[in-house]
Amino acid sequence: MAAGFKTAEPLEYHRSFLKENCRPDGRELGEFRPTTLNTGSINTADGSALVRIGNTTVICGIKGELAAPSTDAPDKGYIVPNVDLPPLCSSRFRPGPPGEQAQAASQFIADVIDGSQIIKKEDLCIEKSKLCWVLYCDIMCLDYDGNLLDACVVTLLAALRNTQLPTVTINKETDLAEVDIQHKRHLQINKHPVASSFAVFDDTVIIVDPTAEEESLATAIITAVTDEDEQLCAFHKPGGSSLSAEKLQDCITRAVARHREIGRLIDKVIESTKASK
Amino acid sequence: FVEERSGVGSVLREYGSEQNLLSKPDGSASFIQGDTSVLAGVYGPAEVKVSKEIYDRATLEVVIQPKVGMASVRERAREQCVRETCEAALLSTLHPRSSFTLVLQEVHDDGSLLSCCLNAACMALMDAGLPMGRLFCGVTCAIDAESQIITDPTAQQEKESRALMTFAIDSKDCSVMMSLTKGSFSVKELQQCIAVSQKASERIFQFYRDSVQRRYSKIL
Repeated sequence: MAAGFKTAEPLEYHRSFLKENCRPDGRELGEFRPTTLNTGSINTADGSALVRIGNTTVICGIKGELAAPSTDAPDKGYIVPNVDLPPLCSSRFRPGPPGEQAQAASQFIADVIDGSQIIKKEDLCIEKSKLCWVLYCDIMCLDYDGNLLDACVVTLLAALRNTQLPTVTINKETDLAEVDIQHKRHLQINKHPVASSFAVFDDTVIIVDPTAEEESLATAIITAVTDEDEQLCAFHKPGGSSLSAEKLQDCITRAVARHREIGRLIDKVIESTKASK
Repeated sequence: FVEERSGVGSVLREYGSEQNLLSKPDGSASFIQGDTSVLAGVYGPAEVKVSKEIYDRATLEVVIQPKVGMASVRERAREQCVRETCEAALLSTLHPRSSFTLVLQEVHDDGSLLSCCLNAACMALMDAGLPMGRLFCGVTCAIDAESQIITDPTAQQEKESRALMTFAIDSKDCSVMMSLTKGSFSVKELQQCIAVSQKASERIFQFYRDSVQRRYSKIL
């Protein structure tokens, strides 16, 4: 009976739960799904991380390459993020060139990297106007069950913290780069941004960490990215039903609390991998 | 043809608009903010591809064309913002299984392009006479190095800014429909920018009202 109701009237089905201040999966309105994190899962990448928020699984691999800096920013390296939503992760994605959602997510991640200054691009420069690092941050979704952006930001941050790059020097005589694979260094992480997403139901009820089903029924999605100094790095709301400034403030307060939670999780995982080595 | 100059000491640059300037689209408008200019055309309600058909409402497609080159990832992100804002304003359930297409052509970018796109989109939707539950307008705010808030910044001011935010403001209760930000800022600064944008939006909504009034007073 309940299954038939859910298929026939999905919105009414969700409403009946929200009325009782809970959700179909048993969560409260302000409750996040259990989040697990694993770092260094890809051996061939310079840094990697896999995160699961409920069923949503996202993996990120960081690959460093050497390149010449651009002429208009000779003392800066490059960070190139890319979010991939393959057909594997959900039936809503088709094979072929990246769809709108994947492109919008890539742009969002690029804006978060620029906005938060997670890594100073100057740190990626090896020798001014000669050599610098390009960090390719490839994020791939393995299982799509909503709240992609939160998972992407967590996996990106964890992968960057896991990244080790070999030391590179330029030989003065031959003018060639020499790579010392034996001595690897961690990246200097400047800021620790964490995203929190919210879905708005029927223009009024705000729930955190929406699943794919909740996302498709919601009237608006909000993503707030905060750093450890309680500064906002992004406040993204791509349209949808309008919200008053007070409601937005409420979202930000919750995002700050979520930041502490995720910050602790990443610290713990990084510590444990260090200890196991 | 409607043109309005904002008064001395106003927070917005000079802005103006022209409606119904293209013959083929069902609705069209240009919107000019200072040197930034966008041309918008709306087609619809028209037939929809079966793969994109939604059984209980109309499908809206938004295309943003840059001045030079191909549309990139940045345009895609903007398209998503404009589309979802328009979807919230349009009463698309009145036209089920049909399509609306909104084409936005950047004519010149001198900062605040996304807000200009939103304004042009709203004017074009009004010109097409599509049923809307509310109107919306776009306002861009920049926070400069001295933490001053500049509304409707030029490209130069955008480049020098520490943070940049664009909001779509709703005409019903002046609340925030869309928000897109760049750079980092405090919660207080965000709230200040929202308040400033809400204030600026009143002028734009008055402009909408005046331009529609002037247009229809000629016909009647």
